[in-house]
Amino acid sequence: MATQHSRTAARLMISPAVILLLAWMIVPLALTIYFSFLRYNLLMPGTEAWTGWTNYYYFVTDPSFTDAIWNTLALVGGVLIITVGGGTLFALLLDRPMWGQGIVRILVIAPFFVMPTVSGLVWKNMFMNPVNGIFGHIATSFGFEPFDFFGQAPMASIIWIVSWQWLPFATLILLTALQSLDSEQLEAAEMDGASWLNRFWFIMLPHLARAITVVILIQTIFLLSIFAEILVTTNGGPGTATTNLTYLIYVQSLLQYDVGAGSAGGVIAIILANIVAIFLMRMIGKNLDA
Amino acid sequence: MARAVSNREKTVTTIVAWTLGILMFFPILWIAILSLKTEVDAIRGPIEVLTSGWTTESYGAVQARSDYFKHFTNSVVIALGSTLLGLLIAVPAAWAMAFVPAKRTKNVLMWMLSTKMLPPVGVLIPIYLIFRDTGLLDTRTGLVIVLMLINLPIIIWMLYTYFREIPGEILEAARMDGASLRKEVLYVLTPMAVPGIASTVLLNVILAWNEAFWTLNLTASKAAPLTAFIASYSSPEGLFYAKLSAASVMAIAPILIIGWFSQKQLVRGLTFGAVK
Amino acid sequence: MGRITLEQVTKSFGEVDVIRPLDLSIEDGEFVVFVGPSGCGKSTLLRLIAGLEDVSSGRIEIDGQDATELPPAKRGLAMVFQSYALYPHMSVRKNIAFPLRMAKMDKAEQDRKVEQAAAVLNLGDYLDRRPGQLSGGQRQRVAIGRAIVREPAAFLFDEPLSNLDAALRVGMRLEISELHKRLTTTMVYVTHDQVEAMTMADKIVVLRAGNIEQVGSPLDLYRRPLNEFVAGFIGSPKMNLLKGAEAAKDNAATIGIRPEHIGISSDGGEWAGKVGVSEHLGSDTFFHVHCDGMAEPITVRSGGEVDFHRGDQVYLTPDPAQLHRFDDKGLRIE
Repeated sequence: MATQHSRTAARLMISPAVILLLAWMIVPLALTIYFSFLRYNLLMPGTEAWTGWTNYYYFVTDPSFTDAIWNTLALVGGVLIITVGGGTLFALLLDRPMWGQGIVRILVIAPFFVMPTVSGLVWKNMFMNPVNGIFGHIATSFGFEPFDFFGQAPMASIIWIVSWQWLPFATLILLTALQSLDSEQLEAAEMDGASWLNRFWFIMLPHLARAITVVILIQTIFLLSIFAEILVTTNGGPGTATTNLTYLIYVQSLLQYDVGAGSAGGVIAIILANIVAIFLMRMIGKNLDA
Repeated sequence: MARAVSNREKTVTTIVAWTLGILMFFPILWIAILSLKTEVDAIRGPIEVLTSGWTTESYGAVQARSDYFKHFTNSVVIALGSTLLGLLIAVPAAWAMAFVPAKRTKNVLMWMLSTKMLPPVGVLIPIYLIFRDTGLLDTRTGLVIVLMLINLPIIIWMLYTYFREIPGEILEAARMDGASLRKEVLYVLTPMAVPGIASTVLLNVILAWNEAFWTLNLTASKAAPLTAFIASYSSPEGLFYAKLSAASVMAIAPILIIGWFSQKQLVRGLTFGAVK
Repeated sequence: MGRITLEQVTKSFGEVDVIRPLDLSIEDGEFVVFVGPSGCGKSTLLRLIAGLEDVSSGRIEIDGQDATELPPAKRGLAMVFQSYALYPHMSVRKNIAFPLRMAKMDKAEQDRKVEQAAAVLNLGDYLDRRPGQLSGGQRQRVAIGRAIVREPAAFLFDEPLSNLDAALRVGMRLEISELHKRLTTTMVYVTHDQVEAMTMADKIVVLRAGNIEQVGSPLDLYRRPLNEFVAGFIGSPKMNLLKGAEAAKDNAATIGIRPEHIGISSDGGEWAGKVGVSEHLGSDTFFHVHCDGMAEPITVRSGGEVDFHRGDQVYLTPDPAQLHRFDDKGLRIE
């Protein structure tokens, strides 16, 4: 619904964004794929050579790759379970009448705005440090041995920290979705004799299903790339106990300067993320039509 | 729906909700408290911490480290710079997609979003090498560009959803009234979209401020923003709880305040409009 | 001046032809109304004249000059939109002044023209308010004010009254007609409401499915509808259209007779029937009479005091001079 003139203008106005994003997507992606087939180490410049699938072979057969995959799954899965479960409960709670709802909401949402390096360090030092952390102090005062979180349960500790950051996100989105539920539907169900549990199961949960899917997909995209929290707490250790795929690629390429292997890892990470992205894009696309 | 809820029920809900709310907020509250203690008091047990004296010396100490303000300025420049630059590119693009939709508009939008799904680590190496070779490594310019590109799809998307709520007839009226395209966008569209543009800016400042993959990997010291500055406290010899707390409070306070103002827009921006 | 000529103009959106090849000329100073059911292409036609849409083929002339390729701003036309399309962030004064500001007119001159327009439209007290603080009728006036100050070659109105309530609509209808008398500028007005068309127009253009069905003065259309569609569309209540045996008697496929051209009595007439629903308006009464051997009830208009009840036996007598005859293609037979 427009004239030729405005269509031409529109094309002109959209092109900077398209060109920039295209360049941003294509150039590094092509280079990553290209590097992944090279023997390429920054410490040995000038020795670059085509090696075919060797980098993939070494990257995939390296035991730390298997560890990284499991760690990535544990991290993503653990955080998802905690945040979606907790977020649903929080949302249901915050949707109920209470005094000071606005303030509680603000308190619950706050952790989302804390930068990852801060939350990593604060939890590691002020809470989970066995000597000086608050948990250690409490354990000692009750006569227990303080628990060394990052020594004994490093992955669980990181899952905990990341969950603290993302629980507000899940809560906020599920709460928004819950508030968009037509209250007359619930009243109709109540008239029909449905108990609270029935109403939750047959009306609220189906209504939330879409929002929950969105939360899962978007969080997965971000959680696959968790980096700063690991960097400031465990550096991927002990051993490879907290090395996820992102961190492994960082170690390979920027600490060991093995660009070839790092790039092969990058391509694998892209493929994994795309599997999630396809589902997410379908959901958003459907919404665009509505 | 105005429904009478018994006061007892409301009281129980209130107590449970406040308890959970305070627990969630507690780590932030705790560093705020620790930041007002001496280093010696800050590592003692919780009772001792609460009963010890208060001091602002840690804030003084953090600021006395002359580089704190450098990092703070870096964060401000990078967050605002990337957002405003992104806005400059996104406003025309969103105008085009919202008011002159073509058959391919939807596909273009979806494609733009899909660039956001690219895991950063997948393109870390080429970007790192390009930056090294062009001298952009550890510069604010470099970070402004990268963060702008990362957030551009979100900016365009948010503006698009806001623009779509503005009736096209008003822009047509401006066209009939003799406004050129530039004037139409400048005098009519932009002022009308101020609330939407403001929330877009807020959300993107938050995202850029807290971004901790590119800022950690592409900076060393010169251009390092607060994310990287705080990360430098992770070395064991740097275990100064009170100072770490003070630095952290200063790093998160501005964004916490902005964040509370933009809760609603957050949902819209982060779910790409899939949840309203 | 404001003479607009369309030659063989067409418009298609993809596969859909919204405007079929169409010729039309609008004379300077005329009040022309495009009327038709929704989806007939009347708004699209107006937007083609405005330049908000491109024609797919054909030629548009304004005052003898080819305007087909001109952008809207260069056509010298002003438009009043259905939603008024006021700029919500500007005061009434700024809204009205906007086209002048775009034309880079000097400030004092702008002020003078705005004051003048405000006086004409009784907006003097509201100049510093925002559109959001105005009632529907006032917003409408601001939209008209914004159009007037430009002194355009012609005004285009796109269903301007459809967002107003019924009482205001009648008032604004009169105001716009007054304005036309005073300014004597060409006005092109789109509506789906045939009452607006009949009361305001010098010339009515009846559109259906992208085709012009008939062009003429309101009374022309009322007295001599060229086809069944126009016959049924113009006039309220609608003309009765009868097919079958009754029509065959007059050598037509369909005959039409307006409710006001049928006599009703209890003691004798051409058609016998029983009263169904009756609508008492006070000044008039409309009876829906079920006649023997006819599928549809016949609507009859009669005086307000005439009193028949449901089920009463009545006789109807159509005025033969007012009978319209149509052939099997729906075209008028003279």
